[in-house]
Amino acid sequence: MDYTKLTLHETKQALKNGEVTSEALTQAYIDRIGAVEPKLDAYLATTFDSALEHAKAVDKAGNAGDGLAGIPYALKDNMCTKGMTTTCASKILSNFVSPYDSTVYAGLKDAGAVLLGKVNMDEFAMGSSTENSAFKTTKNPWDTTKVPGGSSGGSAVSVAADMAAFSLGSDTGGSIRQPAALCGVVGMKPTYGLVSRYGLVAFASSLDQIGPFTKDVEDCAIVLNAIAGYDHRDSTSLNVPKVDYTQDLTEGVKGKKIGVSKSFAGEGVQPEVQKAMDEAVAAYKDAGAEIVEVDFNYLDQALAAYYIIACAEASSNLARYDGVRYGVRAKEYSGLIDMYRKSRSQGFGAEVKRRIMLGTYALSSGYYDAYYKKAMQMRTLIVEDFNRIFKSCDVMLTPTTATTAFGIGEKTADPLEMYMSDLFTVPVNISGMPAISLPGGLDHEGMPIGLQLIGPALSEDRMLKAAYVLENAVSFRASAKPALD
Amino acid sequence: MKISNEEVTYVADLSRLEFSEAETARMGEELGAVLDYVATLNAVDTTGVKATEHILNVQNVFREDEVGQSLSNEEALANAPEAESGCFKVPRVIE
Repeated sequence: MDYTKLTLHETKQALKNGEVTSEALTQAYIDRIGAVEPKLDAYLATTFDSALEHAKAVDKAGNAGDGLAGIPYALKDNMCTKGMTTTCASKILSNFVSPYDSTVYAGLKDAGAVLLGKVNMDEFAMGSSTENSAFKTTKNPWDTTKVPGGSSGGSAVSVAADMAAFSLGSDTGGSIRQPAALCGVVGMKPTYGLVSRYGLVAFASSLDQIGPFTKDVEDCAIVLNAIAGYDHRDSTSLNVPKVDYTQDLTEGVKGKKIGVSKSFAGEGVQPEVQKAMDEAVAAYKDAGAEIVEVDFNYLDQALAAYYIIACAEASSNLARYDGVRYGVRAKEYSGLIDMYRKSRSQGFGAEVKRRIMLGTYALSSGYYDAYYKKAMQMRTLIVEDFNRIFKSCDVMLTPTTATTAFGIGEKTADPLEMYMSDLFTVPVNISGMPAISLPGGLDHEGMPIGLQLIGPALSEDRMLKAAYVLENAVSFRASAKPALD
Repeated sequence: MKISNEEVTYVADLSRLEFSEAETARMGEELGAVLDYVATLNAVDTTGVKATEHILNVQNVFREDEVGQSLSNEEALANAPEAESGCFKVPRVIE
């Protein structure tokens, strides 16, 4: 029995039944990582010794299988883990050792989840392919000449290739949902504020949100249960009643309204992606849901506003990397200002510099009103547009991405073309709403297609129930698996 | 549109970044292309629209001003490229 092939909920059962120990399970994942990591380059750091120790302790405590106890997982390398490196896949943080734990990591540790290591990403979470990592290029397990998506590419691959039972990523403009779509796994961006950002290295603070990557929808509900909750150390954390997302997950969508919009169809959408959408619509009808047409008016404007807002916030957030308190300091410089300049110019990669420049430009004197203020006004209109849409439907169904995974190197020459791959995911971050991506089938090249469900703020339970229906109709895991062996 | 070399250099200085001549020209073109796309915002009339402050209804968070746990001096300096006498060390600022 290869336990790495099981879903998280199946693994919990196996642990509870005493079929397998957490130690043996952890060893199985370590062996699996050893076998496929050379082909995929997903992990930046592994913590196998402490993982095995932790697993043994859980076995000894006798609660393996309760919640996440004894379950091996991976973390995106932008979440702080005390005593370990947190590099954000950047040269400038290559030697940074976290002085404290992020809230999500501390919570998972307390729950008994077993950390296998920290996984690759686009530098500072800026990118859509994980090619912007300063350290390695992660490959898509379905075709290793293709990108896994990004920025949480390592998180997506670790789950898709059975190198972790689940993982966490962060989503600022689609960085969980887009790689989940491209790698054939489930990825959720929760409502802004539902999961604490304390200890998540900031990219764009008003958009960033941590969320799970899992093998299926039920797994997603289990992980969300563990990471959602109020945290006084994150001032944007929502103090809302705890919800058990696994409860009534199989309730169905009878009588529910599923919104679809023409804005997410047409030119630019790969025909096979559209076909998967059409099949999803049919599946919802069969399940007793009502399909309603909705208008979303601001798709292009959402992406335009996103790049101004995200870059403006990034230019401010990344000002802290100056070679003084942490990170890498340039070896040669003349004076303090030159030290800042040289440390930053040598430490940041091209995309990070581009976004700092764009953000600084948009915030600079004379341009603030034309760009930043305009984008924030646009943001208000987008929030209002979604509020209007969710008066006529319960959740909205769209493709996660217009196309399946593209080739490594295919879009690196043109930043704007790379940005366009976030077109369908960005509006969700702009409005703070939750969304989930789940597999909708394979295209003719055998690459996964992602479908996205969007709901109003704090509708994760409703969204998960709708996702569960679609997952059963698509039956993706039963029919497809990346061939790596 | 293309952002001029002068403007790129000005923004680079504000950003505490530096670029070679070739990089400066390229940055001007790349930023220009993104800003052209951003111009799609102008198709929407936002006159009188309030700029977003918070996407969800969040309140300011207050707490009692009580001394809590924080990093020790040693922990705070552990990642410093240079430290001396319990302080971060930087190049001379005042001549």
